[in-house]
Amino acid sequence: MKEPGRQGRQLKISVLRFNPQEAGSAPRMQTYEIDEADGMTLFIALNEIREKQDASLQFDFVCRAGICGSCGMLINGRPTLACRALTKDLDAEISLAPLPAFELIADLSVDTGKWMRGMSERLESWVHMKEQETDLRRLEERMEPELAEKIYELDRCIECGCCIAGCGTLRMRDDFVGAAGLNKVARFRLDPRDQRSDEDFYELIGDDNGVFGCMSLLACHDVCPKNLPLATQIAFLRRKMVAVGLK
Amino acid sequence: MKIIYTDVLVIGGGLAGLRIGIGAKRRGHDVIILSLVPPKRSHSAAAQGGMQASLANVIKGEGDNEDIHFEDTVRGSDWGADQEVVRMFVNTAPKAVRELAAWGVPWSRVRRGDRDVIINGQKVTITERDEAHGLVAQRDFGGTKKWRTCYVSDGTGHAMLFTMSDQAIANRIPVHERTEAIALIHDGGRCYGAVVRHLVTGELVAYVAKATAITGGGAGRLYRVTTNAVISEGIPTAIALETGVAALGNMEAVQFHPTPIFPAGILLTEGARGDGGLLKDADGHRFMPDYEPEKKELASRDVVSRRMEEHIAKGKGVKSPFGEHLWLDITLLGESHIKNNLREVYEICHYFLGVDPVKEWVPVRPAQHYTMGGVRTDHTGESPTLKGLFSAGEAACWDMHGFNRLGGNSVAETVVAGMIVGEFIADFCDRAENDIDIPTGLIHETLRREQAKLDLLIDGHGTENPAALMAEMQQIMTAKVGIFRSGQRLQEAVEQLQALLRRSRSIGLRYKARGANPELVTAYRVQKMLKLALCVAYGALTRSESRGAHFREDFPQRNDAEWLKRTLATWKSENDLLPTLAYEQLHVMKMELPPGWRGYGAKDYIDHPATPRRLEEIGEIKKTLHGADRFTLQEKLMPYEDLLPERYRGRNEQIDAMMEDGR
Repeated sequence: MKEPGRQGRQLKISVLRFNPQEAGSAPRMQTYEIDEADGMTLFIALNEIREKQDASLQFDFVCRAGICGSCGMLINGRPTLACRALTKDLDAEISLAPLPAFELIADLSVDTGKWMRGMSERLESWVHMKEQETDLRRLEERMEPELAEKIYELDRCIECGCCIAGCGTLRMRDDFVGAAGLNKVARFRLDPRDQRSDEDFYELIGDDNGVFGCMSLLACHDVCPKNLPLATQIAFLRRKMVAVGLK
Repeated sequence: MKIIYTDVLVIGGGLAGLRIGIGAKRRGHDVIILSLVPPKRSHSAAAQGGMQASLANVIKGEGDNEDIHFEDTVRGSDWGADQEVVRMFVNTAPKAVRELAAWGVPWSRVRRGDRDVIINGQKVTITERDEAHGLVAQRDFGGTKKWRTCYVSDGTGHAMLFTMSDQAIANRIPVHERTEAIALIHDGGRCYGAVVRHLVTGELVAYVAKATAITGGGAGRLYRVTTNAVISEGIPTAIALETGVAALGNMEAVQFHPTPIFPAGILLTEGARGDGGLLKDADGHRFMPDYEPEKKELASRDVVSRRMEEHIAKGKGVKSPFGEHLWLDITLLGESHIKNNLREVYEICHYFLGVDPVKEWVPVRPAQHYTMGGVRTDHTGESPTLKGLFSAGEAACWDMHGFNRLGGNSVAETVVAGMIVGEFIADFCDRAENDIDIPTGLIHETLRREQAKLDLLIDGHGTENPAALMAEMQQIMTAKVGIFRSGQRLQEAVEQLQALLRRSRSIGLRYKARGANPELVTAYRVQKMLKLALCVAYGALTRSESRGAHFREDFPQRNDAEWLKRTLATWKSENDLLPTLAYEQLHVMKMELPPGWRGYGAKDYIDHPATPRRLEEIGEIKKTLHGADRFTLQEKLMPYEDLLPERYRGRNEQIDAMMEDGR
């Protein structure tokens, strides 16, 4: 509202196009020209391109409000959420590419869902309870308010995949759990409702595909759209896992 | 031709669908969940503010219980709700919060001692009790007498959805992502599953199931200006309508939220007002107390949204290049509160408006937010007219919201209905008479019919552009079927939507791929959405009264004498241009809370003739039971407990009402 965008700009949006489903499709850059509007985001721009210029263009948006994590893509080479990227903050020439590391569906659409489910299954990213049945009529178990806040702080990951796409280790190790995975472990480790011990977590991440694989390049930390404290959490987790490993 | 068999097919991977899946799987039934997107991306994640459950842990919730939650919900619904279902809901909501607490949701907790809060624009110090320390906290929300909304900072829906989705993974429930059910398989009396299109490959597969559950959320995208996610297009609801057998209830009941940001329509949580935020006009005047002296900014959403539009119509809106808006002022809450408890609000203002809500006011204007209507079900979640078809959550008309839903009751409904309907589905699958014996001819015929429809879109000689049809529909709905409705505008809307529906039968695609093809998806969806839009517009045109979110300028009174009934819409034949409407009477003589004034909004309404009689009867019962506890009284007024699945019966413990034997 406060700062109307530079009206009158024409944007040149170049998209890395490739549809593996389509016979004869080969990766190529395609450039679309579009008039910038006030308050325009890449969500608005890409939809306008699809409606008016190219019905075949593929991309994923769901909430378009920065909370669901569907629209991670490389904007000028950097993994981030497209829905909240205002064009006024970008140059008039914008390049878009799908997130690397994930299976490509087509154009800007990648299969983060499959990767994230695999990660959740592997790390068993749920509270491992003492008892399977809780008496739901009784008062809930108490928790210190500060601890609840700390858990939520790590629970805020939206599994957008930006940290995975930006990860240097993953380029060398396909099975690396990534910052999203390590953050999950940190989250459940903090949660007293989860009965797993550090020894149990060591079984999951105590190797080079887990916490010891991280080369601390920390792109994950820099690109996380939710500003999760990934660098701190990975370092902390590594210390805890070293302690188990040395036992 | 590929056929997949399962016990329970769930269409929609949000909170309601996931919880149904978990419930049925734990009872030993095979479950497959279909989802347009990875389930953690579902629109459930957008429920920032919280979940209502009368735990009464915070001091401002002291004395709260299921009775008060019940009354708030029924008043909020403007007496459109099914009161037995509301009772089932309010009694299960505390159990749902506690289940999620055990499963790992990091609910915000009560901290003992003093804290400063903003109430009615003033800083007030309140003192939390020692015995409440560490229990789940509640915040204030619109239309509630007590602080009842449990929350996880400002990411309640996100935290709930991630916990639930991870529980589904723990229970090894397969979720078939990027799949879309485009038709139900049925024989006019029994539902057998669905024909499903894979959005990446374009392949059609028949999923055959004993029980099919529609949990696909709302249909906000019928409107141009909506807070809803891009995927909230109501397609699962529409395929129920297209059976010609299952009915949709109260589709004209559409909620508009008071405070989405303007003009993008992205939601700012009700928590912003619940925590003390104020609405201001072009002169910087706080106008809500002028209209609603009792509840002010925290009247129910339908009332606040109407008052805002009324105020803009009086010339008090703020002018901008995109039209007029009002201001939401949360600066009085202070930086620490905004950046911690309302961080999502802070981020949305920062990223989408370039506004710092710690220092500046935020431009807001009401936008479409919630679909009260949906697949009509009985209290078990099953369609009364199509056996084996179930529904829950926003997609359903169960019906606990009537004509207006309270903030915090939607995310609560998803999990509560998921628990309850999940049990009933498991019961249904347990019964031998519900085993299916489906002729393969029926499966093949449905598959062939659906494939032919897609082929016609791809290879036909139509010329209509699906994206243009969609945009026209959304414009008509926003302009003519919005907050203020009139017979004339609704009539125009119905005629224009019918013209669009006709045109949608001759769509031509520019992009003809059979696999991933966004234009093809828009094409078959807009055909279905136009039918839903007609249910909304025609239902609204026919209902000549005002009730909850449905407001008619030409019939401004609630009319219980004629309209204390639920609209049921069916779509009898593919060639129809209008739904067939029927009505289901609500019975005053069975109500625990007979119709009256809501406590906010308009005070004049036309009584139902039975209301005085029922009030007298209730007075007599109360006199006879003088001194009896609230449970005994409630049971005499409207017994409901035997409607609940056995495992969710029983009272709810509170710190002021500890249980000895768990009864």
